[in-house]
Amino acid sequence: MAANTETMTINMGPQHPSTHGVLQLILELDGEIVVKATPHIGFLHRGIEKLSEHRTYHQTIPLTDRLDYLAPMSNNLGYVLAVEKLLGITDEIPERVQRIRVIMAELTRLKSHLVWLACHALDIGAMTVFLYCFRERECITDIYEKVSGARMTSNYFRVGGLAEDLPDGLEGDIRDFVESMPAHIEEYEGLLTGNKIWQKRTIGVGEISAEAAIDIGITGPALRASGVDWDLRRDNPYSGYEDYDFDVPVREGCDTFDRYKVRLDEMRQSTRIILQALDKLKPGPILADCPKVVLPAKQDVVNNIESLIHHFKIVTEGFKTEPGEIYQGVEAPKGELGFYLVADGSAYPFRMKIRPPSFVNLQGLPQMVEGKLLADVIAVIGTLDIVLGEIDR
Amino acid sequence: MSDQAIVEKLKAKFSSEVLNVVEFRGETTVTVNKEQIVEICTFMRDKFGFNLLCDLCGVDYMGTSPRFMVVYNLYNIATKKRIRIKAPVEEKNANIDTVSTVWGTANWHERECWDLMGIKFNNHPDLRRILMPADWEGHPLRKDYPVQGPDREPYQGRLS
Repeated sequence: MAANTETMTINMGPQHPSTHGVLQLILELDGEIVVKATPHIGFLHRGIEKLSEHRTYHQTIPLTDRLDYLAPMSNNLGYVLAVEKLLGITDEIPERVQRIRVIMAELTRLKSHLVWLACHALDIGAMTVFLYCFRERECITDIYEKVSGARMTSNYFRVGGLAEDLPDGLEGDIRDFVESMPAHIEEYEGLLTGNKIWQKRTIGVGEISAEAAIDIGITGPALRASGVDWDLRRDNPYSGYEDYDFDVPVREGCDTFDRYKVRLDEMRQSTRIILQALDKLKPGPILADCPKVVLPAKQDVVNNIESLIHHFKIVTEGFKTEPGEIYQGVEAPKGELGFYLVADGSAYPFRMKIRPPSFVNLQGLPQMVEGKLLADVIAVIGTLDIVLGEIDR
Repeated sequence: MSDQAIVEKLKAKFSSEVLNVVEFRGETTVTVNKEQIVEICTFMRDKFGFNLLCDLCGVDYMGTSPRFMVVYNLYNIATKKRIRIKAPVEEKNANIDTVSTVWGTANWHERECWDLMGIKFNNHPDLRRILMPADWEGHPLRKDYPVQGPDREPYQGRLS
């Protein structure tokens, strides 16, 4: 009797623990082999780009927290850098601000990569790693809480500076944590790298060549694991990244295992950057000297009429920008996060387009899983490190 | 190669297509006719190595003609250079050729642009809505689409 060769279509998500949010995949299966994978997104669409057109430049910062909610400070950084570029005040940003931004952005990278590793390992069946990673992530969340008052949606950066200076003693706390981090990364590696099950689930899984990855737009660690030596922090430096000595990990394997190794190496490099930034951190102002953009100190508002006027104008109408358009890309934990701003000379962005790394990286999923096993779909979703908050915006 | 040199070569090759070149904050924006956008993009990729299409989006300049701009933010991974190409699109019969044959990543970007801005991409392999539900009416990022939702009063201009 001839074998039955009908394919079966199944629905994975939007409520599925390993889709990392509300991602729906329509999978056409031939036995256990994926014939076709069709991602459906948009379940978390909140219209952030539309909303930003009706808010002043400062009022948009909290919206950016909610893009990649696992890495809010990276989003804040990309957005404030874009607005500063639009205003032409990039060179006015004080050194202390740039250093603190780098420290927070790199802590955010650690935080994001810890959640990625935790969930990726959990999806593939290594549960212990999840608990270890969240233990360290908790320390970073505590640092977030101390600087911004919030544990996830930090809203800490401002156009022209920071909301507040670091609280007393926090520099030491950050240093202690960051110095302990390399040993923790060894712990995770000890649990996973030599583990036969981990290797079987990741080596050769979800391969994508450098050419295919560039064509489909994949950026960040996923591209560097396909052998492309490109990191915006080094190649188009912003916020003073050119002052730090760090390596860009690149591997040639193109598979899930190498993406895992690249991200772990990135975490080690992040600790190097943070320690250098802490060494170079000197006391100084935490806001640029741009009275038309930056809110004046409270003391000045009650004592001096110019400051009162600036305060009133910035709070009630926001600041106006020159008409023009700029694009600012930053190396977010997941890849290139870009903000394309079009200004018409008013206090509101005329158009803000966000280039979310996860959105573009997810586009590569079908070609990474088609023809492979169903179980590999789980590994590939994990290795792409997607966050639906920024995919759907 | 400097941005000026790239623009000069682009002008030499597509003399009647380049409409405008603007430099702002060190970024070059080249506005071109939409008719030969695929040829221009292929030229940018093959001749100048702009192998990554970072972003593609539509901008609605309601009240002006042509109403829309389709914006291509290009990046060259070898030289780490950026450049921006823009193509105007009329409101009536808003469409432009797809560049998903030049960069595969344009596929989803163009779907998003169609979904939210209502610009059609000719010869696109899979032009469906991507963020909004399939049966949604209207294109939310257009300036005449009310921010409060589809059944509210249309946008009348800014409050301040």
